Amino acid sequence: MSAVMPAPAASRVLFSGNEAVARAVWECGVKVAAAYPGTPATEMLEVVATYPDIYAEWSVNEKVSLEVALGASMAGSRAFCAMKHVGMNVASDCLMTMTLTGVVGGLVIAVADDVGMSSSQNEQDSRFWGRFAHVPVLEPADSQEAYDMARYAFQLSEEYQVPVILRMTARICHVKGMVTVGERIEHQAAGFTKDAARWVMVPGHAKRRLPLMHQREQALRQLSEQTPFNVLEPGADRRVGFITSGPAYMHVREAFPEAPVLKLGLSYPWPLAKAYELEERVDAVVVVEETEPLLETELKAAGIAAIGKTFLPRMGELAPEVLAPAVERLLRKESAPEPEGAVTQPVFPRPPTLCASCPHMGVYYTLSQLRNLIISGDIGCYTLGAGHPWNSLDSCICMGASMGVALGLDKGRGEADKNKRVVAVIGDSTFMHMGMQGLLDITYNRGNVTILLLDNRAVGMTGGQNNPANGRDIHGMPAPRIDFRKLCEALGVKPERIHEVDPYELPTLFKLLREETKVDDVSVIITNRPCALVQDFKPMQPYFVQEDKCTGCGNCVEIGCPAIHVTRRESAVKPSGKTVDLAFTRIDTAACTGCGLCVQPCAPEAIQHARPGLVSIVRK
Amino acid sequence: MSKDITNILVVGIGGQGVMTATEILAEAAIAMGHDVKKTEVAGMSQRGGVVSSHLRFGPRVLSPQIAPGSAHLLLGFEAAEALRWAGYLRPDGLVLTNTARIVPPIVNAGVFDYPEDPIGQIRALGLEVRAFDALSIARELGELRLGNTVMLGAIADHLPFAPEVLLESIVRRFQARKPQLVELNRRAFAAGRAAVVEAMA
Repeated sequence: MSAVMPAPAASRVLFSGNEAVARAVWECGVKVAAAYPGTPATEMLEVVATYPDIYAEWSVNEKVSLEVALGASMAGSRAFCAMKHVGMNVASDCLMTMTLTGVVGGLVIAVADDVGMSSSQNEQDSRFWGRFAHVPVLEPADSQEAYDMARYAFQLSEEYQVPVILRMTARICHVKGMVTVGERIEHQAAGFTKDAARWVMVPGHAKRRLPLMHQREQALRQLSEQTPFNVLEPGADRRVGFITSGPAYMHVREAFPEAPVLKLGLSYPWPLAKAYELEERVDAVVVVEETEPLLETELKAAGIAAIGKTFLPRMGELAPEVLAPAVERLLRKESAPEPEGAVTQPVFPRPPTLCASCPHMGVYYTLSQLRNLIISGDIGCYTLGAGHPWNSLDSCICMGASMGVALGLDKGRGEADKNKRVVAVIGDSTFMHMGMQGLLDITYNRGNVTILLLDNRAVGMTGGQNNPANGRDIHGMPAPRIDFRKLCEALGVKPERIHEVDPYELPTLFKLLREETKVDDVSVIITNRPCALVQDFKPMQPYFVQEDKCTGCGNCVEIGCPAIHVTRRESAVKPSGKTVDLAFTRIDTAACTGCGLCVQPCAPEAIQHARPGLVSIVRK
Repeated sequence: MSKDITNILVVGIGGQGVMTATEILAEAAIAMGHDVKKTEVAGMSQRGGVVSSHLRFGPRVLSPQIAPGSAHLLLGFEAAEALRWAGYLRPDGLVLTNTARIVPPIVNAGVFDYPEDPIGQIRALGLEVRAFDALSIARELGELRLGNTVMLGAIADHLPFAPEVLLESIVRRFQARKPQLVELNRRAFAAGRAAVVEAMA
């Protein structure tokens, strides 16, 4: 993305929470911003990169991005880092010591929780990090607050020399609302000051920093009582008073407009005196928090009879339609709520699919044709290989886990798996994020794993962001491109066991996979077609099914392409007396981009190029 | 739910332009001086999954989410998706839907069935439906991608403000990027409006 003219100060703009944070980052004079893409956080850095005068980067993983931000802060510049919730698991090694050194230039970490798990492997509550690392947590409730709090976070960070967590959720990141924006303020870097006692965290130094960290937390606790971000809103209906934060605040206000509410913006450390004040005013204190009973537990420990997760759901969003009936039941003194029934009509599910011409389709079609494999998977579009029609992925845990899990499956195999071959499937971005170390572990420990490195030259699942595999930086400018063959060789894979293959060539892929899984050694098969959604992909001439030639064998359906449709089904009796189900197909030529995968298993050669000159419509 | 808030649910599948259409509706509401909130779940939905986009506007919007049973309008880009989300409408709400059937691989694989008559099923729930073939209308105008503007035309006469306000939002978008497409989009918008009137007759 190229730089754009930022909206003038004082204008009102329709911003998503992510766009609002990006604007605040620019206004605060941040010099360095780093992130690894991850839903729902991705757009923060994507948008930051469009502003002038900021160094922005896609880092190879979240830990590196936080370290980059820390370095910039040590140099005295303001720094910003964004990640999805699971990213902090990776980055936390840095966070847990950075809280001891503290920061110089304001450093804000936006962590986005996927509450409701629309695009993640787990649901975790990032507010825990505030307690764990003794750092403040700010929780916006809409786009305007995301903007206001991001701005405040830099000030707070500098005043207390502490990294600040801006805790977002999907319902903040991706909701658009009106934001009044302000002026940009230049921020001058103070310069790096050598100070081993502060920056070299050996035990002797770290021990002297620990008390400072605890003093800082105490000071923040006092701030929490005074900050205008923590407000006790009066209300006429005294039956229930709410304590809430983040998007749940809006749901509470929507469902209970007359109730007193303690709204927490600086939700850690939280204001004890304000909580007591609320308790005195109301008959019952209800805590509405997404997702863990964190405040609830701490309020109870402080002697406040808070009610929360004993009657509210412990997972997912607490939307008004969830909240209102639950509180009604509480007021009627009924027991725990019944699980809510489905609100949608019973229609077939529509799980995400691989795109037309996706190079992963060729890989999964081939894997589905092979037997006796255990396939250790990873995080990315290729996780979809676990679904129909391929059913060719046996695990997905966390970034890079395909490597270690595969080695463990190999080393831990029992008699029952003696003839099984272990395959690991990982994408280019995930490999660079956390898979390389796993591969080194496999080669060093003489594992027997066949690795499919699906190099589609992009971070596909999050929208095709650039990475070292395509040799372009966050702005699309040329950057050094990694050579996976050399990298794998350097990590200990024998050169003759490294193969590069076109995943559109099914027979080659099949032969190679069969051969390499038979070898008792580590092999890496690198597929080399770009993601169908990125600029490197060049659409080709679409295909169509010649109706008179189609025998209904259904082989093309097994590819799993969304452009192939079944037009009619029939049953036929073979000469052997066996009944077979036939599926006659057509290709949606407007969606087909001509990869030719479906042509290869079509025995009667019924799939032909569509008429010359017909160009496919390619959706970005 | 506040009485003076308008709730519009726009549904379809990833890649159809549901989010852009909702954004244009939001811009029109902003032009009328409303507070606006718009939400959807993105992420994996861009891989042909379900997309439902919530738009709420009025004097002040709190929660961005439309509660089931409280949408005034449901704009469906795909027939089965309109059926899936029909329960979000108020009993007196209105469904405006494209009749297009987009069959996912999971149905082609024979694992699930596509409903025979999704629009009939919505009517059976007691809801008022106006169904039209936005894709054919767009094709007649010579450009498949005009389907989105046809969809916006379809909702234009059911908003709490004049249809011209919505048309203006569309025109503003194209004027900046592709001025040569303004006239074609005006025609697509008019065709969408006409299609809904026809569907009522």
